[in-house]
Amino acid sequence: MSEHQRFKDHHREARITSSRLVITSVIMAVMVALLVFRYYTLQVVHHEDYATRSDRNRVHVQPVPPTRGLIYDRDGELLADNRPSYTLSIIRERVEDMDETIRLLRSLVSIPQSDLEKFYDQLQQWRRPFEAIPLRFGLTEEEIARLAVNEYRLEGVEVNAQLVRHYPKGALFAHVLGYVGRISQADLAQFDEDQHKRYSGTHSIGKSGLEKQYEPLLLGEVGTQNVETNARGRVLRVLDRTDPKPGEDLYLHLDAHLQSVAVEALGDYRGSVVAMDVKSGGVLAAVSTPSFDPNLFVTGISFRDYRRLNQSLDLPMFNRFLQGQYPPGSTVKPVIGLAGLHYEVIEPSDTVRDPGYYRLPGDDRLYRDWKRRGHGNKVDLEQAISESCDVYFYDLGHKMGIDPMHEFGTGFGLGSRTGVDIPSERSGLWPSREWKRNNRGLPWFPGDNLNAAIGQGFSLTTPMQLAQMTTTLASRGRRLRPQMVRQIGEQTVEPEVEEVLNVSEENWDHVLDAMEAVMHGQRGTARRAAHGADYRMAGKTGTAQVVAIPQGEEYDSEALQERQRDHALFVGFAPVDDPQIAVAVVVENGESGSGVAAPVARQVFDAYLNKRLELELGEAL
Amino acid sequence: MSQQDFLRRLPEAGRSLGSRARLQQRLHIDFTLLFLLLGVACYGLVVLYSANGQSLPGVQRQGIYFLVALGAMLVAAQVPPHLLRRLAPWLYLGGVVLLALVLWMGIGAMGAQRWLGIGGFRFQPSEVMKLATPIMASAYLGQRFLPPRFKQVLVTLGLVTLPALLIIQQPDLGTALLVASSGLVVLFFAGLSWRYIIVSAVVLLASIWPFWTFVMQDYQRQRVLTLLNPEQDSLGAGWNIIQSKTAIGSGGYSGKGWLQGTQSQLDFLPEGHTDFIIAVLGEEFGLLGVLLLLGLYVLIIIRGMLIAQRAQDSFGRLLAASITFTFFVYVFVNAGMVSGMLPVVGVPLPLVSQGGTAIVTLMAGFGILMSIATERRRVTRQE
Repeated sequence: MSEHQRFKDHHREARITSSRLVITSVIMAVMVALLVFRYYTLQVVHHEDYATRSDRNRVHVQPVPPTRGLIYDRDGELLADNRPSYTLSIIRERVEDMDETIRLLRSLVSIPQSDLEKFYDQLQQWRRPFEAIPLRFGLTEEEIARLAVNEYRLEGVEVNAQLVRHYPKGALFAHVLGYVGRISQADLAQFDEDQHKRYSGTHSIGKSGLEKQYEPLLLGEVGTQNVETNARGRVLRVLDRTDPKPGEDLYLHLDAHLQSVAVEALGDYRGSVVAMDVKSGGVLAAVSTPSFDPNLFVTGISFRDYRRLNQSLDLPMFNRFLQGQYPPGSTVKPVIGLAGLHYEVIEPSDTVRDPGYYRLPGDDRLYRDWKRRGHGNKVDLEQAISESCDVYFYDLGHKMGIDPMHEFGTGFGLGSRTGVDIPSERSGLWPSREWKRNNRGLPWFPGDNLNAAIGQGFSLTTPMQLAQMTTTLASRGRRLRPQMVRQIGEQTVEPEVEEVLNVSEENWDHVLDAMEAVMHGQRGTARRAAHGADYRMAGKTGTAQVVAIPQGEEYDSEALQERQRDHALFVGFAPVDDPQIAVAVVVENGESGSGVAAPVARQVFDAYLNKRLELELGEAL
Repeated sequence: MSQQDFLRRLPEAGRSLGSRARLQQRLHIDFTLLFLLLGVACYGLVVLYSANGQSLPGVQRQGIYFLVALGAMLVAAQVPPHLLRRLAPWLYLGGVVLLALVLWMGIGAMGAQRWLGIGGFRFQPSEVMKLATPIMASAYLGQRFLPPRFKQVLVTLGLVTLPALLIIQQPDLGTALLVASSGLVVLFFAGLSWRYIIVSAVVLLASIWPFWTFVMQDYQRQRVLTLLNPEQDSLGAGWNIIQSKTAIGSGGYSGKGWLQGTQSQLDFLPEGHTDFIIAVLGEEFGLLGVLLLLGLYVLIIIRGMLIAQRAQDSFGRLLAASITFTFFVYVFVNAGMVSGMLPVVGVPLPLVSQGGTAIVTLMAGFGILMSIATERRRVTRQE
C-alpha cells in the first residue's frame, strides 16, 4: 500500500495536535471561568442567604411536647395523671457504632428485648436529624447514676425527664379510660402532615377508651424552642421559646366510689355494670370485670404480659359493657308490654292462662315457661312482668307480631349504637323481618315472634344499651345519649336527648308499677334484693341462655360446664317517685337474675343514694 | 523492525539543557509538576483534617496513600514512552480480561461488583482501564497517519467502547463514562475531522427527544429529573446538595476559618471527607481558598498541556493531552456538582478527596506525563 511507503510527517501531525490543544485550552479556560463565576455567585453574591441558612442549621428547632390533659371523676378525684419518668434515648447521628453503644448500655441497665425491637423499628424510619429516639422508659435512680458515671463512653446517649401517663386507680377504670401507648408504625402511617408536626416530641398516643376518643383534646398543642448547640450537639442555650399549650382536662360523670362498689359487688364473677344518671344521661359507673392494669401499656407492654392478658379465658381486655353482646332475656319484657299497650294489642286487665307452656295454633311444638307448672289461670300484665311470666309474653308476641315490636324497641335504642363517647362500641341486634331476610335468607316465622317477645332468639344487647333502655323507661320516654364526659376544660357538655317517645302517661304507669312490683311486690322476682331498703325501686330480672336447650330435655345446670350456664341480668332504677339512677347488670354464667344480678344493682343503688343523702344532709347543716 | 527507528525528530525538540534540566532528565522527574502536585496534596490534607472531624488517623492514612501513590508515580516515570507504547496492547488486553473476571467472579459491595480479590488483596480493574484505554488509543493512533481515517476512527471507537460496556455491567456508569471520554479525547487530539464531530453531536442531540419520549419509563424520567434538579427532593438526594451549597455560600469571601465551619463540624454536610470535600474548603477558607485550589489545578493543567505540546512524537502528545484533559474533567465535574452546577455523580476531587486506589491511578498517570516530558532527546541539538 502506498500509504505505508509514505513517511510520517511529524511537523504536520504536531501542528494538528497543537491546534487541538489550543482549542481545548480555550474550552477549559471558559469552563474554569464558569466555575469561578459559580463560586463567586455562591460565596459573594448570595453569601447573606447562605450564612442565614447555615445559622439556622446550627440553631436547632426543638419541639416542646405539651402536657397531656388530666382526667377527673365527678368529685374531682384524679383518674389519669402524668408522672415524671426518666427516659434513656439515643441520637442516631451522634453515635459512631450503634451496636457497640447498645452492647455497653445493656451492660449498664437492663433493656428488655421488646424495647430493643421497638427502638430498632424507630431507627429504621427517617425522622428529623438529631432527634432523640427513646430506648427505655422508667429508669431508676440507681440506673441513672450508673449511666452518669459512664457518660464519657456514651456519645449520643441522653437521659431526659419526661412526663409519662399514669393511672392511679389501675385496673378499676381500664375499660373506661383506655390507655395510651407508644406511637406505633401503624399510627405513623396514618398521620397526615399536621399530625406529624403535632406529635413531634410526643411519644405516646391514646390507644383505646377515652384516651383515644378525646386524643386531639387531651394532646394539646406542641411548642417549639430554638436552641444553640455546640459541635457535639449539646444544648448551650435556649434562644427563644413558644410554650406548648397543655391538653384539656376531662371531668367525667363517673363516680369513682360507685365504680369500686360495683366491682366489689360483682366479686369473682365475670360481668358488667353500667349505671346512668337518669336526668343527664351521664354514665356514673361502667364496669367490665375482670380488668387489667392500663399502666402496663404506657411505655410498651412486655411480650409476656401481653400474652398473659390476651390468652386468658376470662378475656380481661374485652370491654364487656360496650362490646359484650348478650341476649337481653326477660329484661325487655317491660318494653314489649308497653308496646302491647301502646299499639292497643292488649288492655292492662286482659289475662292469659299459663299451664307452664305455650303452643302456637296448628303447631305441636311446646314453648316452655321458666316455671314448670305455670303462673296460674289468670295472668295479667302486672303479674306477667313482676313474676316474669313467659307464656303471657308468648301470647302477646304472637298477637302483636314482629313489626310493632321492632319499631317500638328501636325507640329505646335497641339494635343501634348508643353513641357513648368511647370508641369501638357494638350495636347489638334487634331483629326485624327485613334483617332476617337479608342476613339469614329466611322469612320471619311465627315462632320467631315468641322468642323476640321474651328477649331470646336473635336479640342481642350490650350492657350500655340496657342501661340506656332502663334510663328511657325511668324518665318515661326521654332517650338520652349516654355520656362519659361532663366537662372539657372550662366547657360543660350538655345532655343530648336522642328522642322523646310519645306514649300515654297511663300506659307508663301500668308498666312502671309492674316494675316496682318486681322489687316490692309479694311475688316479685327480685323482692329479696329490695328487702330492707328505705326507698322504692323498680326493676326487671332476666336470664339469657348461653346454649340452646334441645327439645324434650330438662335443663340441668350440673351437667353444663360452668361457662355454659345462663347469664344473669338485671335492669332497674331508683327511687321510683323521682328516678335518679338507672342500672344494668350482666353477670356472665351467673344463672339467676334475681339471685345474682339484682343484689349487685341494689348495692349500687344504696351507695349512690346514700352518698347523695349525705351530701344533701351536709348542705342542709 | 519498527517504523519508529527511521523517524526524523522535530527540530525544536532539542533545547539547551541547564543543570536542573539535566537532573530532571536523569531522574525522569518534572520538578514543576511534582511541586504543584505536592502543593495540592498538602493543601488537601489540611482540609481533610477538618473534614474528618479533626481526627489525625484518617489524615495519616491518606498521607500514606499519597506516599504510595508518589511511589507509583516515580515507577511510572521510569518507563520510557516507547516501551509503554509497545506494552500498550498487553496492558489493554490484561485490563479487559480482568474486567471480564470481575463480572464473572468479582466481589460485590452495595449492589455492584467492582472488586477483584487476589490473595486477600482487593483492587478495581476499572482503575487500570482509566490509564490503559487512553494508552491503547494513543498507541494505535500514534502509529497511523494523522488525522485518522474512517476505518481508524471505527477501530478506536471499538477499543474505547469495549471496556466502557464491561464497566457499565458492574454497574458503574460514572467510571464507564470517564474511561470512554479519556479514550475519545485521544481521537479529538489526533485531529478527528470536524465533520465527524459535528455529525455525531447532531445525531446525539436529535436522539435525546425520541429517547426521552418513547424509550424511557416514567420512573426513569423521574430519576433523571431528580438528578438534574436535586433540590426538589429536599429530604433525599437534595439534602446533600442543599447542605453543600449552604456550606460554600456561608463561607463567603474569606471563610469561617480552619476547623470553624459549622456545616462541616456539625456533620450537616454528608460525604464531607470524600466527594463533597470542596464544600468544607469553601466554608472554612472562603472564595480565596477555592481560588487557590483552582489556581493550583490550573497550573497543573497548563504544565500538562505544555508537556503534551513538547512531546517528541504523536503517541506522547496524544497520551499527555488525554491524561491532562481527564484530570481537568475530574476537577470540573466535582467542583461543578458540589456547587450545584452539575448533577451529582460520584466523582472525587483529585488529590484531595479521601480514598486510596483513585489517587494511585492518578499519580501513575502523572508519572507517565513525566516520562513523556523527560524522554531522552534522540535528535541533535539545533542551535
